[in-house]
Order: sequence, then C-alpha cells, then structure tokens
Amino acid sequence: MTGLGEAFAAAWALVVGLDSGLAGIVLLSLQVSLSAALIATLIGLPLGAAIAVERFPGRQVLIVMLNALMGLPPVVVGLLIYLLLSRAGPLGSLGILFTPQAMVIAQTVLIIPIIAALSRQTIEDAWREYSEQLRSLGARRFRAGMTLIWDTRFSLLTIVLAGFGRAAAEVGAVMIVGGNIDGVTRVMTTTIALETSKGDLPLALGLGIVLITLVIVLNALAAVIREVAQRRYG
Amino acid sequence: MLPLELDQLTFGVNGTPIINGISAKIEAGPRTIILGPNGAGKSVLMRLCHGLLEPTAGRVIWHGARNVDVHRRQAMVFQRPVMLRRSALANVVYGLKLAGKSSRESELRAMDVLEVVGLEKQAQRPARVLSGGEQQRLALARAWALGPDVLFLDEPTANLDPASAHDIENIVNTIHASGTKIIMTTHNLGQARRLGDEILFISNGRLMEHTPIDRFFKEPASVEAAAFIKGELPWH
Repeated sequence: MTGLGEAFAAAWALVVGLDSGLAGIVLLSLQVSLSAALIATLIGLPLGAAIAVERFPGRQVLIVMLNALMGLPPVVVGLLIYLLLSRAGPLGSLGILFTPQAMVIAQTVLIIPIIAALSRQTIEDAWREYSEQLRSLGARRFRAGMTLIWDTRFSLLTIVLAGFGRAAAEVGAVMIVGGNIDGVTRVMTTTIALETSKGDLPLALGLGIVLITLVIVLNALAAVIREVAQRRYG
Repeated sequence: MLPLELDQLTFGVNGTPIINGISAKIEAGPRTIILGPNGAGKSVLMRLCHGLLEPTAGRVIWHGARNVDVHRRQAMVFQRPVMLRRSALANVVYGLKLAGKSSRESELRAMDVLEVVGLEKQAQRPARVLSGGEQQRLALARAWALGPDVLFLDEPTANLDPASAHDIENIVNTIHASGTKIIMTTHNLGQARRLGDEILFISNGRLMEHTPIDRFFKEPASVEAAAFIKGELPWH
C-alpha cells in the first residue's frame, strides 16, 4: 500500500508543481477536445435543428440512427478514421495520420451524433410549444429554427459541454489515429493508459486527477448555467 | 379584407370530423364570438380561419383581400401565451421585424402598444417571468402591434383570474375601437355577453346558429343553444 500512497503523493506534486510534461499533455488534450467540440457544434447543432423542424421521409429512421450513434464506441470511430487517413486510404494524401488534426477529426465524428441528437430533442420540444405562435407571426422554417436555437441556448450550451466532456474522456479514438507519440499526440487519456501499463503511476494518477477535476468542473458549470438561466429568463 | 366567408368548411382527423360543413359569412364591424361547449371545435375552427390548419374540405375565403398578403393582415392570441426567452419589448419587436419593419420603427411601435396594455414598466423584463395576466396582455400587445385587420382570440382569459380577465376584456375593446375586427372563442356566457355583438354557436363541429347577441340569449333558435344557455346559467 505504501506504493500507492507514494504514487498519490508524487502525482499531487506533479499537479501542484505544474510539471511541464504534465501541463503539455493537458494543454494538448484541451486543444484537441475543444476544437472537436467547436466543430461538432457547428455541424451537429444546425443538423439537429433541421431535423427538429423539418418533416421528410425517413426522418424517424434518421432520428433512431442518430440516437444509436450516441453510443458509438470510440475505438470503432478511431478505426474508421484511421482507414480513411492511412496512406492507402481515400484521404491518405493529406498525410495527417498521427497528428493532432487527425485526433480532432476522430473526436468530432464521435461527438457530432451526441450534439445533433440531444439538440434535436431539445429544439423539437421547443418547436412543439412555439410552432403555432411562430407560424401565426409569419416566421418561416429557417427563421423559426434560428429563433428556437436562440431560445434554447442554455440547454444547448449544456449539450455542447456534454459533448466536450465525452471527447476529453475518450481514449480509443485518439489512441488509434494519434498514435500516442510523446510530445506530439499524447493526451491525458492515452498517457494514463500507457503509463499505467508501464507501471509509472504518479504521472497516470496526476493526469487522472486533472481529468476528473475537469469533468466535475464542466458539470458544475452546466448546472450553474441552467440555474442562472432558469432564474433570469424563466 | 373582410368579409370572411366559410364555405362548407370541414376538418377531420383520420376520418373523424371535428368541423363539419360550416358555412358562414363574417362581416367587418361587429365583435364576433364563437361560442360553444368544450370540444365543440371552436379552437379548430379558429385555426382553420387563421390558416394554421388546412381544411380537409371546403374553403376559407377572404373576400376583401385583393393584392394583399392575407396572412400579414391578421393576428392571433392563444389561450396559453407563448413567450420567447427575451424581454417583453423584444417579444413585440420580434413580430414586427418578421413583418418587415426596421429595428427603430419596431421599437417605437412596440413601446406604444406596451403602454396601451399597461406594460411599459415591464418592457425590459424577461417575458417569461411576468405573471399569467401580464403575459396575456403582452401577447395581445404583440398581436396588435402588427396592426391587423382581423384579430383572432382563442379563449384568451380561460387561464386567468377575474381581475386579469377584466384587463384583457378592456384591451380587446380598445383594439376593437381602433378598427380591428375581433373574432374570439369562449365558453363563458358572461364574457360572450360583455364582449360580443354577434354569436356563432358551435356544437359537435356544426354551426347551430349565427345571430346577434341579444336574440341569441332571448330566443335561441336551436335546442343545443337553449340547453347550453340553461346549463351554463342554471338560475335562469
């Protein structure tokens, strides 16, 4: 047990001392996952809004698919993006396999369904409430969609945070397409996996502490946003 | 754009008729009350007139509408007001901007109507934290700001206490006095009497009678209307 205690102490020292190796890994993680969350929002949010307010054949199937894709296994996404980006693959000429860009792409693909499916649900609920009023005022579909996005902005922000949390915590996709190269594509989760198998617990634990703190902070932020918005805007 | 003619207007869901062959001509001027028990089809009839629902048969004809966008000349207030998550003022401005008004023009007009409905002090408050009565007054302001020829009101006081309902009735009369045609549904006979000039009495999706208010209460022509009046006012 002393080994474990020492590991914790060493991990704590790394976190508090802002160890440069650890800080670099944390920064890259944030960079990759924030980029992925941003891009996935730009794609997933309008997609969710469109599905919410439009009626077209196959809509129900699409919704089921989107909901199912929320549980997409990260390793499978990693594998697919790997195949796309590998030298023999259709996008191999880009030469971005084993770079942070590839990791951003993989995480973006992973969380687009989450953001699209959850925002579809949120916006559709609002649409049910607003549709007659908005149509009566003469709002066409696109305008109505924009109004719904603005009116549900706080719920949507929580969804984006959920997407970011999922991206930051996954390991399978970035491991495969990033390759876990020291100083280049090594992020928190992949480092934890590697260092644990090597037996270097302090760094793994230190990153674990940072990761858990990040997840808690995100959830607290989401709760505060919901609370404040509810009180201020009803 | 009046008169509004309903020609054999019919609306059904899965073959079950909700509105059944209603024909009527609604003229400009008198405040028209669509009266009837719950489930008679009043709200559906109003949505058909306003264009929120498409009839399964028959037509809605605006006779006076030449070279005008029929939809832009009418507005509707719903039983439960739908407030956007923004200020009271912004709710009114929203409708005006959709109608193609400039920002500045919209804000001036919005402040004017908010004053008429007594909400000028609440202009900057978020609409959703206003009381039920205030929200319904705001909904009236939002509809009226558009300067419609016809204003549809679907049981606008059904969820309100008597004092708030009284405020709404006063505002409806102000809007009527400004020259806007009022078409309103209610199941409340007292309100029908206070606000109505003529009655369209609906029962089971059919138009039972279309008469001036006095005659409706004195000598209802249909058995259904007589029973409704008796049932609603048992002390008569």
